Amino acid sequence: MDGKSITAGSSGALREYRPRPDFFRAGCWIAAGVTVALLGFILGEIVVKAWPAIWKFGFGFLTGIQWSPNRDLYGVLPVLIGTAASSLIALLFALPLGLAIAIFLSENFLPHPIRQTIRFVVELLASIPSVVYGLWGIFLVVPLVQEYGAILAAKLGFLPVFAGPAYGNSLLTASLVLALMVLPTITAISRNALIAVPPTLREASYALGATRWETILGVILPTAAPGIVASTILGLGRAMGETMAIAMLIGNSQRLTWSLLSPSNTLSALLANQFAEAEGIQVSALMYAALLLVLMTLLVNIAGEAVLRRAQRTVVGLK
Amino acid sequence: MTHLSAPAPRNFFTQEGTKTSVLRLFRNRFLTGLCITLALFTLIPLFSIILLVLKNGLPLFSLSLFTQLPPPPGLEEGGFGNAIIGTALMVGIALTLSVPLGVLAAIYITEYAPTSRFAAAVRFVAKLLTGIPSIICGVFAFAVVVMTTRHFSALAGGVALAILTIPTILLTAEQALLGVPNAYREASFGLGATHFQTIFRIVLPDALPAIMTGVMLAVARAAGETAPVLFTALFSQNWIHSLMEPTASLSALIYNFASLPYAYQVKMAWSASLILVTLVTITNIAGQLLFTPKHR
Repeated sequence: MDGKSITAGSSGALREYRPRPDFFRAGCWIAAGVTVALLGFILGEIVVKAWPAIWKFGFGFLTGIQWSPNRDLYGVLPVLIGTAASSLIALLFALPLGLAIAIFLSENFLPHPIRQTIRFVVELLASIPSVVYGLWGIFLVVPLVQEYGAILAAKLGFLPVFAGPAYGNSLLTASLVLALMVLPTITAISRNALIAVPPTLREASYALGATRWETILGVILPTAAPGIVASTILGLGRAMGETMAIAMLIGNSQRLTWSLLSPSNTLSALLANQFAEAEGIQVSALMYAALLLVLMTLLVNIAGEAVLRRAQRTVVGLK
Repeated sequence: MTHLSAPAPRNFFTQEGTKTSVLRLFRNRFLTGLCITLALFTLIPLFSIILLVLKNGLPLFSLSLFTQLPPPPGLEEGGFGNAIIGTALMVGIALTLSVPLGVLAAIYITEYAPTSRFAAAVRFVAKLLTGIPSIICGVFAFAVVVMTTRHFSALAGGVALAILTIPTILLTAEQALLGVPNAYREASFGLGATHFQTIFRIVLPDALPAIMTGVMLAVARAAGETAPVLFTALFSQNWIHSLMEPTASLSALIYNFASLPYAYQVKMAWSASLILVTLVTITNIAGQLLFTPKHR
């Protein structure tokens, strides 16, 4: 636009038209820019505050097994292992269950209203606050795990993963509750992937004489597989960042152990427990741990989004 | 549902009467049963949570719960009025920061430059921000606000919750704006309205209910989050006097009181949970009712 076009004014006389600067548009642009910059700002701020610890501990921070602020020793290896273990075990429980619900929601086993109710219930599970899961876990899951964990340790204690003594606040307790918390993520994304499978594939399979489950297992699940993988990865991202319920249930111990029945710790629970009272280099060390957590979740989430995008493109290609 | 409702005719395989066909039918039935069982199994934890929250939270409900301060350990009276005010205050601070930012950014990426690279970047970053652990919002607010002002404060908690809610509000507002039919915009432009007039008189009024739903979801989420306020607003036993002092919140109260050895405090944690769960449930149901697409 050259800004010199002639237009009729309200008085009728010819007047030169000058486009005024669009302040609202500029405001919107700034808001959008701030959002984009926010991620960099968060990362930058954490790196700056973590710098003294990064400088002092370097990579030894990742491999150290001691975390004792009063001796200025900071290593997060047990915590990293705890983070990975708790989220992977949670996925182990949540994936079969989430997949079953996703199949249930995308098939017509039961009438529509019942499916709609189940879907709503799963969405509700997603919105219950993390602390409430923690409180519920303390009063229900911890005693259960303690009781049955003791039996498990007595019967299968020779296996390192079930070695006793069995604690109520343990890796297993945290993983069980965590599984419940990532279930909605896995269900929702898997369901979308299943629904996106073109109906012609299903019809073709039925026409060839396959039963419903032969169709599901042989045609629909393989077609939706990339989406299901994406749901698992995004669920993993969610599980790694989950904080409060874990901080209340995992027992917060930095001791390295193989047992599912002993206390452990995760990066997020470590931050939740220590930040309020931290001082000096401990703040930096915690910022370093926070940086690791951000980078891990970002990496996992970017991978998940990439797989999801890929999955959506392949399904579109099938139509 | 677009897919076929009927699988292969039921007598299709049995007519043949071979061993394999019976096996196939059995497997089919078995897997269906298993799938339904597993799906219904998820109802158990949810009902258990709701039941326990109601059972342990309701007995304490009275007016004093909302008007009094948390009791010192051992005493069996008092409430969490200060935590309710603290939560409301911090959610309010969060919304005053995140609603304008999120909605304006959404307007930019849907109305002004929907196909630009910049808009794609905004969408991508917003997606990534939703995936950032909520405790990182707390860490960020700790670094930016607490470490500069040298105080744990409601302001820091509000900033942390703002970071948490920005992506939710942005993405729901984007969906809301995308739900406005293009014909409305074209009609408005055709009548000679400017871009600004079109957005304010046509697009926003039409998208407002859906945007409000997003805001409500953000409120429910922010009110229940503990990790961001845990070491930014900390906790307090007293009424709040200024934005720059440690502030109580319902979620931090649940965390702090859950593992105390005093029965009354634990009951208070359950009551606070009841309030949060009720809030979340109501917002979710309202969201379901409001967010049904207006236009087809």
